[in-house]
Amino acid sequence: MDTFFLTISLILSFLALICLYRAIFGPTVVDRVIGVGVVGTKTLIILLLIGFLYKRMDMFVDISLVYAILNFIGVLIFSKYFVRKGVL
Amino acid sequence: MSLLTVSDIIVMAFISVGVFFLAAGTIGFLRFPDFYTRMHATGKCDTLGIFLSCTGIALYTLHDGLSLANILVSLKIMFIAVFWSLGGPTATHALLKSAFKAGILPWTKDGRSVIEWPPK
Repeated sequence: MDTFFLTISLILSFLALICLYRAIFGPTVVDRVIGVGVVGTKTLIILLLIGFLYKRMDMFVDISLVYAILNFIGVLIFSKYFVRKGVL
Repeated sequence: MSLLTVSDIIVMAFISVGVFFLAAGTIGFLRFPDFYTRMHATGKCDTLGIFLSCTGIALYTLHDGLSLANILVSLKIMFIAVFWSLGGPTATHALLKSAFKAGILPWTKDGRSVIEWPPK
């Protein structure tokens, strides 16, 4: 099972890496915000799988929970900022 | 390699389908032409992918035995899944609405806009 988790973690890391393309070269600012959000959601799953690999699930699940909440709040703050200031 | 039990196969199926959805969302995010269509790809696929992957991981946490600590960790992982299936669409909707108010027009094939902006 450890091999399976390691493979899935590597696949997710690769997906996060190619999502970073949009976060860097995205045409608009909003594309960059979504890019960071998508990388965050993949990191959430990777953190849980790392918890299995290190046999410390009770610690890594809290980190993952905080990551989910911060990701959500970050996107909300960005959207609020865009409404008030006007984008770009 | 040790023998796979039935629960292991169920967990592997859940996580694999979840990762498939995450990969499909990523491909859509890279290939679609417009901000709104990219948001459509990631907003739906990520929510379902995270829900399925977290369900698989929560099932695998319980395979050591039903102790109190294991059940607590499994409940926390399911809480992440439920939280993200509520919060992901909410964040998508808020970002889309703010981008629409800020004046980004939807993409069309012939380049003509389907709506009038700014509204009179």
